[in-house]
Order: sequence, then structure tokens, then C-alpha cells
Amino acid sequence: MATDFTPVTGLLGGALIGLAAVLLYAGSGRIAGISGILNAALEQGDGRRWRLAFLFGLVVAASAWLAFTGAPARSGFPLPWLLAAGVLVGFGTRVGSGCTSGHGVCGLARLSRRSLAAVLAFMASGIATVFVLRHVLGALP
Amino acid sequence: MSRWATALLAGLLFGCGLALSGMTDPDKVLNFLDVGGRWDPTLALVLGGALAISLPGFAWLQRRGRAFDGSALPPSPAARVDARLLGGSALFGIGWGIAGYCPGPALANLAHADEALVFVLALVAGSQLARLAIRPA
Repeated sequence: MATDFTPVTGLLGGALIGLAAVLLYAGSGRIAGISGILNAALEQGDGRRWRLAFLFGLVVAASAWLAFTGAPARSGFPLPWLLAAGVLVGFGTRVGSGCTSGHGVCGLARLSRRSLAAVLAFMASGIATVFVLRHVLGALP
Repeated sequence: MSRWATALLAGLLFGCGLALSGMTDPDKVLNFLDVGGRWDPTLALVLGGALAISLPGFAWLQRRGRAFDGSALPPSPAARVDARLLGGSALFGIGWGIAGYCPGPALANLAHADEALVFVLALVAGSQLARLAIRPA
């Protein structure tokens, strides 16, 4: 489905995400990488409380916002593709040590060469994937 | 402020930012990646807006040397770019390009889109698979 370019809310929303990352780093020296926080929250007893608090806040705030604004939710996305995508995202972020937030928002802010390489890698493969699925195979809308 | 209260506030801000920016809409993410098609450049501005705050913020803390609760900041990032980093990130990008979800927006959709729970469970399974398949770095 086509979407509108929304530069103002994009910039403002991005600024809130940046502020959240700075707050977590300033408050306790932690990196706001969602994949790492989720993995550690599931696997480590140590530091589980703050990680669950962070994830709880994220889910509650976004849910309330989406419910309040009545944003439509996607439905009917093919289940096999959804499962494959989830497994790849979980596998890839563990092997590559981070996702859009950890490498993108925090890693780039720490001037990490590794994070820059990771961001370029997942952007390139994401663009290639959408190109193949939409324009070569016509497999997904 | 205690560590968990700071983390809760950061999570709330993060969730608001994701929803306001529109990144909770997987179609918006897929259209960002569809450079030659229905391109929606919004995601680039979301990253730009985030870095406009996080770049100076992190630099300020780096100069300060410690977090406000006295914790040490993480050591300087390693410089070595290896096959694991690139391969893992490339696989992540494929999954991202299929469904339009990275981990944050998937969690943000848990109470909103029915498909998000399925995606998150698959994500956790994929992460556990990777944990079994690789040795710790």
C-alpha cells in the first residue's frame, strides 16, 4: 500500500527516539538497542527489571498512541512470509549484534565503524529484498 | 531516579517516538526500502531526527565520562568489521524487507496488530536458533 511522506512527524518522532536513547545512556550507561535488551531480558536474571521496564514502557506508550489515533493495523499478511521474516530478524540481529536502534540510533551516535557497516548492510539487503519481492517476483504487495 | 524508572521513562519516550514517526506502520518501512517504486523517504528523517539528538547527547556523556548513576559508559566500540557482523546484518535486512518489521516496531505493535505477536514469537525463535548456532563473540 502507498504511504504519504510525513517529514515533520518523522523528524519529531525520530527526535523522541533519540531522546530516549540519550536518557537511557545518561541514566545508566546502557545502549537502547531493542534486540539486545529483549534477548537479555529473556536470558539474564541480572538487570532484568530495568530491561522489562523499558520494554513495558515502549509497548504501553506505542499501544496507547496507536489506539488513541485510531491508526489502521495491517492484516492478511501471508503467514509463511511473516514467520520467515521474524526468524530472519531474530537470527540476523543476534549474529550481527544489533538492529536499527542499537546500530542505527546508538551505534552511529557513538561513531562506531561497525555500526555504520551494519546499517549499510541491512539497508542494502532490505532494499534488495523489497526490490526482488515486489518488482521481480511480484510475490508481496 | 532509579535505574528501572529511568528505563521505563526511556521506553515510554521510545514508544511514543515510534508511533508518532509512523515507523509502527510496516508499509511505511517497506516503502522506504522500495527506492525504485513507491518510495516514502520518511524513515531517513526518523533516523536523522534521532541522530540530531543522540549524536550530541552521546558526545556530551562521553566527555562527562560516567552515567548519572555513576555507572561506567560502555568501552569504545571495536573497529573491526567482520563477516559475522555483515552476514548477520544482511540476514536481518532480508527479514526486515519481507515484513517491514524490525524489533522495536514489532514490539510496539503487540497490542495493535494481530500479526505482531506471531512475528515476535518467530523473532525470539530465530534469536534462540542463532544462540545455539554461534559461539559467543
